[in-house]
Amino acid sequence: MKITPEEVAHVANLARLHLSQAEVEEMTRQLDDILNYVAKLNELDTDGVEPTTHAISIVNAFRVDEVRPSLARERSLANGPRQNGESFVVPRVI
Amino acid sequence: MSLNSLTIHKLQEMLAQGKVSAVEVTRDVLGRIENIEDKVQAYITYDPELALQQAEAADKKLKNGTGGSLCGIPVSIKDVLCTEGIRTTCGSRILENFVPPYDATSIVKLKQADAVFVGKVAMDEFAMGSTSENCAFGPPKNPWNTEYICGGSSGGSAASVAADECFASLGTDTGGSIRQPASHCGVVGLKPTYGRVSRYGLVAFASSLDQIGPLTKDVTDCALMMNAISGYDANDSTSVPQEIPDFRNALKEGLQGMKIGIPKEYFIKGLDPEVEQNVNKGIEVLRQAGAETVEVSLPHTEYCVAVYYLIAPAEASSNLARYDGVKYGFRDMSSDSLLDMYRNSRSQGFGGEVKRRIIIGTYALSSGYYDAYYKKASQVRTLITEDYQRVFETCDVVVSPVTPTPAWKLGEKLDDPLSVYLSDILTISANLAGIPGISVPCGFSRDGLPIGMQIQGAHFQEEKLLKVAYNLELHLNISHLRPDL
Repeated sequence: MKITPEEVAHVANLARLHLSQAEVEEMTRQLDDILNYVAKLNELDTDGVEPTTHAISIVNAFRVDEVRPSLARERSLANGPRQNGESFVVPRVI
Repeated sequence: MSLNSLTIHKLQEMLAQGKVSAVEVTRDVLGRIENIEDKVQAYITYDPELALQQAEAADKKLKNGTGGSLCGIPVSIKDVLCTEGIRTTCGSRILENFVPPYDATSIVKLKQADAVFVGKVAMDEFAMGSTSENCAFGPPKNPWNTEYICGGSSGGSAASVAADECFASLGTDTGGSIRQPASHCGVVGLKPTYGRVSRYGLVAFASSLDQIGPLTKDVTDCALMMNAISGYDANDSTSVPQEIPDFRNALKEGLQGMKIGIPKEYFIKGLDPEVEQNVNKGIEVLRQAGAETVEVSLPHTEYCVAVYYLIAPAEASSNLARYDGVKYGFRDMSSDSLLDMYRNSRSQGFGGEVKRRIIIGTYALSSGYYDAYYKKASQVRTLITEDYQRVFETCDVVVSPVTPTPAWKLGEKLDDPLSVYLSDILTISANLAGIPGISVPCGFSRDGLPIGMQIQGAHFQEEKLLKVAYNLELHLNISHLRPDL
């Protein structure tokens, strides 16, 4: 096994996902399949190969630093599940 | 022949000559949707009233000669592109009620061209999938046989075009999501070069791979759509300042002087014999049109799926962190702590495939595994890109199948995500290398399911792709065929 149910539960927590025990078990099995498959990459010697992060590199995509119109507050808030006209409201943190 | 089965370029002639109005065309398409949408189920949101208003405005512009390049043409939009005032779900419960406050740049461009917006079409949730079965609002069906998948993730785009429920659609392609459904539904689908079309307002899945492109009824329409949506955009720092040709100029008969590579690694074990036969028939047609063909090698092709299923989920796990129930989207109102709210909102809002990819991506990026997975995959990505660079030193384009098999039955592979991932093997490399690829219909299986041919080229060589595709279409003469719905 490449991955254990405990690791899946840990990663789910990092990703802020709640998984039921049944989901953890199913996900472990599927992830194990996938990780076994991607281990195929170890067949290749990549010493000294530069990693690609973007297929077409744009260096220094600058634009003029000028004030432009932005969304009005009420429109920015409009999709908020809970808001008070000034801010998004969330459960108390402190 | 009904209006809705025409192409954009045919319709444009008729609109220009005043033989038909944009309102008549739009009514005809809306009627078509009324008649067959219960079978195809391509649309998530559609607004006949708004479409007719836009068609009326288009008719005014046509009359006074101020119409844009797609004036009065009804189009559908994959539900992953932000449309101001029209909900944009990404095929997900988590965005079921999300109404964007702005338009994606590609939408702005279609508006400037005076296109008519029929509606938003179905897709795999957050574009993750190859069958559109991961759509939270139900999968669209293949118009050629509604028991079969239409492909994905831009399945609604391909199905709506193939079923004459619009004249063209915008889709997105992260690992084949335009080309594969285009192939399965018998329409033309182009993934442009990364950076050719602005991604601003495209809800991100894997930012280094995502690209917007058209799905159309023929190659000429594809060129017209590309003319409308291409171009640099200051709002997308990865869009490339590159001159935009008139893509119609590429549509010339004859392939003399063109060298076409046939990558041996794309004719893999497990390739369906009917797919192979039809693609080989297409290659013969290209030879007869004057092209020279030569076998080439893209030796790292077999690694592309492994690279993709590390890089795409890694980027997705980061991009999808924004769905936390705070600013927009679904929130679990019963949670009384912030952490529970995040967890419960995300767990209830996301479907299984999205969760699976978030977890793969989070794992691949997590401390201790980064070098073994993400870095390794990014290095092999370089090797895949170098393969192409070598081949395009001697060839203009490479041609191959788009998918190893024709479409399969709905529900057939739901329990086996890895086998579905593997079906992407012929389309993924183009995204990893950022090169353009097009799918063009080249035949049918004995069961009557469409089969496409893929043409790939070097960065910003879309014109060569269109030229080869145009010649294939011209000689095969099958683009007028329509499913019996």
